[in-house]
Amino acid sequence: MASLHIQNVHKRFGTHHILKGIDLSIEDGEFLILVGPSGCGKSTLLSMIAGLDDISEGEIRIGERVVNGVSPKDRDIAMVFQSYALYPSMTVRENMAFGLRMKKVPPAEREQIVDRVSRMLQIEHLLDRRPAQLSGGQRQRVAMGRALARQPSIFLFDEPLSNLDAKLRVEMRAEIKALHQRLRSTIVYVTHDQVEAMTLGDKIAVMKEGQVMQFASPKEIYERPANMYVAGFMGSPSMNFVPANLNGQQLVMSGCTQSVSMPQASAAQGAVIAGIRPEHWTVQAEGQGLPAQVELLEPTGADTYATLRVGDQKVTMRFAAAQAPQQGQTLHLGLQTDAISLFDPKTEQRLN
Amino acid sequence: MKPEANLSRALIYLVLLLALGFFALPAWFAVVNSFKPLEEIQSGNVFGLPQVWTVQPWVKAWSQACTGAGECSGLSRYFLNSVIAVVPATLIGSLWGCFNGYVLAKWPFKRSEAVLFVLMFGSFLPIGLFLFPLTVIFDRMGLSTTLTGLIVVYIIYSLPTALFFKNYFVGFPGELIKAARIDGAGLFRIFWSIVLPTARPIMMVVIIMSFTNIWNDFLFALVLAPYDALTVTVGLNNLINVVEDRAEYNVHMAAALIAALPTAVVYVVAGKHFVRGLTSGAVKG
Repeated sequence: MASLHIQNVHKRFGTHHILKGIDLSIEDGEFLILVGPSGCGKSTLLSMIAGLDDISEGEIRIGERVVNGVSPKDRDIAMVFQSYALYPSMTVRENMAFGLRMKKVPPAEREQIVDRVSRMLQIEHLLDRRPAQLSGGQRQRVAMGRALARQPSIFLFDEPLSNLDAKLRVEMRAEIKALHQRLRSTIVYVTHDQVEAMTLGDKIAVMKEGQVMQFASPKEIYERPANMYVAGFMGSPSMNFVPANLNGQQLVMSGCTQSVSMPQASAAQGAVIAGIRPEHWTVQAEGQGLPAQVELLEPTGADTYATLRVGDQKVTMRFAAAQAPQQGQTLHLGLQTDAISLFDPKTEQRLN
Repeated sequence: MKPEANLSRALIYLVLLLALGFFALPAWFAVVNSFKPLEEIQSGNVFGLPQVWTVQPWVKAWSQACTGAGECSGLSRYFLNSVIAVVPATLIGSLWGCFNGYVLAKWPFKRSEAVLFVLMFGSFLPIGLFLFPLTVIFDRMGLSTTLTGLIVVYIIYSLPTALFFKNYFVGFPGELIKAARIDGAGLFRIFWSIVLPTARPIMMVVIIMSFTNIWNDFLFALVLAPYDALTVTVGLNNLINVVEDRAEYNVHMAAALIAALPTAVVYVVAGKHFVRGLTSGAVKG
C-alpha cells in the first residue's frame, strides 16, 4: 500500500504535447479514477505510472520514492489490462504465479498465494484451464487474480470492464468496489464510463486534451462541477445548460418572461449559463413558475425523462415513472435553486 | 446439369490430369526403375512395372556404389553428413529467425525498418555472390575442415525467415508484453515463456521450409563442406558422375530417391501443420 503523487507531469511525442502538466495526489488506500473521452491522455498517464512510458517532464512518486526511470517491475505495481492480457500458453495457475516466479518467490509460497487469491475471487475451479477456455467474465477475474497475487502497493486498471457485456460489467463493477473496501488498496482506474467513475472512485480526475479539468470527490464533481466541460461529461442524461441573465437575485432564462428567485446567488451578475441537472427541476402549482410544454417522453423503467420546452430552450427533466406527465401537457417549473450551477458564458468556468 | 457445364468440367479435369501426369511421371519413372535389375531396363522396359522385383539397387546406392576413385561405400556417409548439418542448422536457424522476427515486430528500435529492408534485399541476392568471399573467410578462420562452418552458413542464410515471424508477430497483442514487463520478465524471458509458445503454427511452416531448402542445397555444400564430409546432394552428383563401363540407372534412381526421401517424409508427416500455419492468423484471446 502506498500513496501516489503526480507533480507537473508532461508527455510529448515529438511535437505532440499529450499531457500538459498533470498534478494529482492520492493517499494510501484511495481509489483514483481517471476519466475522459478517448485521446484525453488518461491511458498514457496510467502507462507512465506503470513505467511502460517515459515521463518527459515532472515527477511521479509512489509512497516516498520517486519512480521516474524505475523499471515497471521495480515499481511495486500490478496492472489489469483492457484485453486482460493473459498469457495464452499458460494455465490460470501459471498465469497467476508468473510474476511471483519472476520475483523468485519459493514454489511453496507461490502455491499458497495463488490458492488464497483464487479462493478470494472464486476461481479455484479454473486454475488448470487455459485462457482460451474461459469466458470473458472469468478472464476478467483471472486478470484481477494475477494482479492481486503480486501484492503490489498500487493497482492500475486500464478500462478493465469495457470488453464485458452490460450485465456482467455491472456485476464486476460491484465486485471491484467490494474488493477495494475489503483490501483498502491504492487503485488508479482508467475509464471513459462516467457511471463507473461515479460508483467506484474516492477521487475523480476528469481529463480533457491532456489536462485535468477537475480533481475532486464524485459528490463534488457531480454537485459542484468546476466548469461546463465537467458538468456536461458527468451525469446522464447530462446537465441542461440554459443561457440566462442574473439581476440581483432574479434569474431570467433565455426566452422567458418570468424570473426565478436565486436567494443564494453569487456575486456574478449579467449574462450567465445556468447548469441544471434533470432532477433539479420542480413542478409548481399552476400560475407559479415557468410554463413548459412536454415535447417528448423517454421511459427507462424506474425513471422517465421528459424533454420540455422552456422559453426558447429545450431541457430534460427527470420524473419518477409514476409521476410522469403526458405528452403535450403544460407544466409549471421551479428550480431547486441551491443545486444550480452558474457558469461564465465566455470562460465556461463555475461562478457560484 | 447443362451440357456446357459438363464440358467445362471435363476440361478442368483434363488440365488437372495433364498437370498430374507431368509431375507424377518422373516420380513414377524413378520409383519403378529403382526396383528393377539393370538388364530389364536395358532390354527396353523403362516405364512398366518391374517383372522381377529387387531391392538390390537400393542396397547398392546406400552402401556400395562408387562416388569417386576408390570410394565405394554408397550414399550412407553423405546422408549422415547431411543429417548432421541440416538438423542443427534448421532448428537453430528457425529459433533465431523467430527471435529476430519477435524483436523486429515488438521491440522496434532506431532504424529497425532499415534492417527489415536489408533483410528482404539480402534474401533476393543469388547465393553465388557469397561463395567466393565465404571460402576465403572459412579458410582464414579454419572452418573449412569440419561441418560446423557449413552449419553456420546455413544458419546465417536462414536469417530472412525472420520476415515470416515478423509478419506473424505483428498481430501479437502488445498488452501481453506490457503485462509480462510489469511481471518482471525481460526481452528473452518474454520471448521464451510467452511469445514462442504461441508461434507453433508459423514455426512448423518455417521449419519445413528451412529443412527443405537446406537439405536440397548443393552450391554451398559443394564449395564449403570439407572433402571428407560432403552432403547427400553432392554425394548424389558424384555417384552419378562416376563413369563405369555401363550406367547403372536403377542405382541412380534409388540414390536420387534416397536423397529426396527426408523432405518427402517431412511434408507427409508435418504437411497438416504446414497448411494450418500458412492460413492461421495470430494469437486469439
